[in-house]
Amino acid sequence: MKKPLILALLLLAAGILSAQTISTRTGHIWFFSSTPLENIEAHNNQAAANLNTQTGDMAFIVLMNGFQFEKAEMQKHFQEKYAESEKYPKSTFSGKISNIGSVNFRKNGTYPVQVSGTMDLHGVKKPVSANGSIIVLDGKIRATSKFQLATADYNISIPAAVRDNIAKTLDVNVDVTYSPLNP
Amino acid sequence: MKRICVLLLCCLLGSRLSAQDDLLAMLDSLQETDQKREFTHSTFKTVRVVNAHSIEIPAPGVLQMAISHRFGRLNGGFYEFFGLDQANMRMGFEYGLNNHLCLGVGRSNVRKTYDGFVKLKLMRQSSGKVRMPFTIVALSGMGVNTLRWADPDRPNYFTSRLSYWHQLMIARKFNSRLSLQFMPTMVHRNLVATRREDNDVFALGAGGRYRLTGSMTLNAEYFFLLPTGSHTANNYQNSLSVGVDLETGGHVFQLMLTNSLGMTENLFVAETDGDWLQGDIHFGFNLMRVFTVSEQAHARAQKAEGW
Repeated sequence: MKKPLILALLLLAAGILSAQTISTRTGHIWFFSSTPLENIEAHNNQAAANLNTQTGDMAFIVLMNGFQFEKAEMQKHFQEKYAESEKYPKSTFSGKISNIGSVNFRKNGTYPVQVSGTMDLHGVKKPVSANGSIIVLDGKIRATSKFQLATADYNISIPAAVRDNIAKTLDVNVDVTYSPLNP
Repeated sequence: MKRICVLLLCCLLGSRLSAQDDLLAMLDSLQETDQKREFTHSTFKTVRVVNAHSIEIPAPGVLQMAISHRFGRLNGGFYEFFGLDQANMRMGFEYGLNNHLCLGVGRSNVRKTYDGFVKLKLMRQSSGKVRMPFTIVALSGMGVNTLRWADPDRPNYFTSRLSYWHQLMIARKFNSRLSLQFMPTMVHRNLVATRREDNDVFALGAGGRYRLTGSMTLNAEYFFLLPTGSHTANNYQNSLSVGVDLETGGHVFQLMLTNSLGMTENLFVAETDGDWLQGDIHFGFNLMRVFTVSEQAHARAQKAEGW
């Protein structure tokens, strides 16, 4: 009952806001922690993201429980001790591509872009900026980026016992392929 | 209903609000319509509260090794080095087959007991699309006492070596700090020492944990022997244990004080004879170590949960 209503409203909202908003619910976000002792990586394939191709405004929502580690134990520790996903179930980013004008969404190509905005992670809001690319290929629009994230910036403390196993700075990768909201 | 109103307002005032926040709000509602069942994780740090099983089972594909020690009584004084001169130990392995089932075996020097058990998760606490207030786990175990027969000249039966235990664990993680577990328990001994002893022992157990920091929890458990007035309740003590869990990368160290010496249910539920008030307290620890045997099993289980 509620679902179609919300969806209809969403479509309506999208229509009013802009016909140029594209989105996805299956964005891929992953991170690496590498230390001489141990490499850890986790993937989330259910990031929600959207982008207004006209203004360059963009947003991401990532559920912390959606990060998949190769070892169950790592995942448990991530959820309980580091991300505290019960307290902070999602992380968000909202920002803007400053040079959106240089991207031609109708022409195949890889366009370097600069993004800046606010990241909300583990209950801490921080301004961030990163370089990325918009890749246009046969009408498909893909956005990729790679940036570094210091866990201490987001009040994520790593106990002494595992300080040699977990890197202070994580390499975060983003790779999302948008589909038009209303085709 | 509220959300719809907010959305409506968003639509109407769309042009006046910041475009970025609108994008975020849109995403938010996109995800709400796609909400999944979220299972509660980390109700306890590991598979034991102290002596008793917790509702946790090893993750699918994970082998959990437990090395447990219970020393002698603290009131042994300096001569016994407060119990450290006597060490009783159990070595155990348990393996998580999937999100619901775990099998375990162990060997303890207390009565040279081999034990085996099955732990089955019947219901999992969850929020989101499906809400369940509790996790319920059933445990069935069996112990084989392998001491030499006290009197080899009389007829002795293998079945006399066996005891069984059955337990239902009902637990709830109230928040990231507090988890409580209720555990009605039954122990059956095929052979008891004297005619007056009960073959069947019943107990109501309760336990819990309080998380002090990310890596440290305070745990306690208590087994109340039933029915009052039975031989067991009159002649044995209720088992009371308190401990802390310390977690490092792949280990959990559980340090405890308990009035029970045995590390299997037939012993610590039915045959605890230490009295806390007399100082019959055993120091002990469980060293829990996980080995990831199959990463695929973990990946498969995650997929089954919709991730």
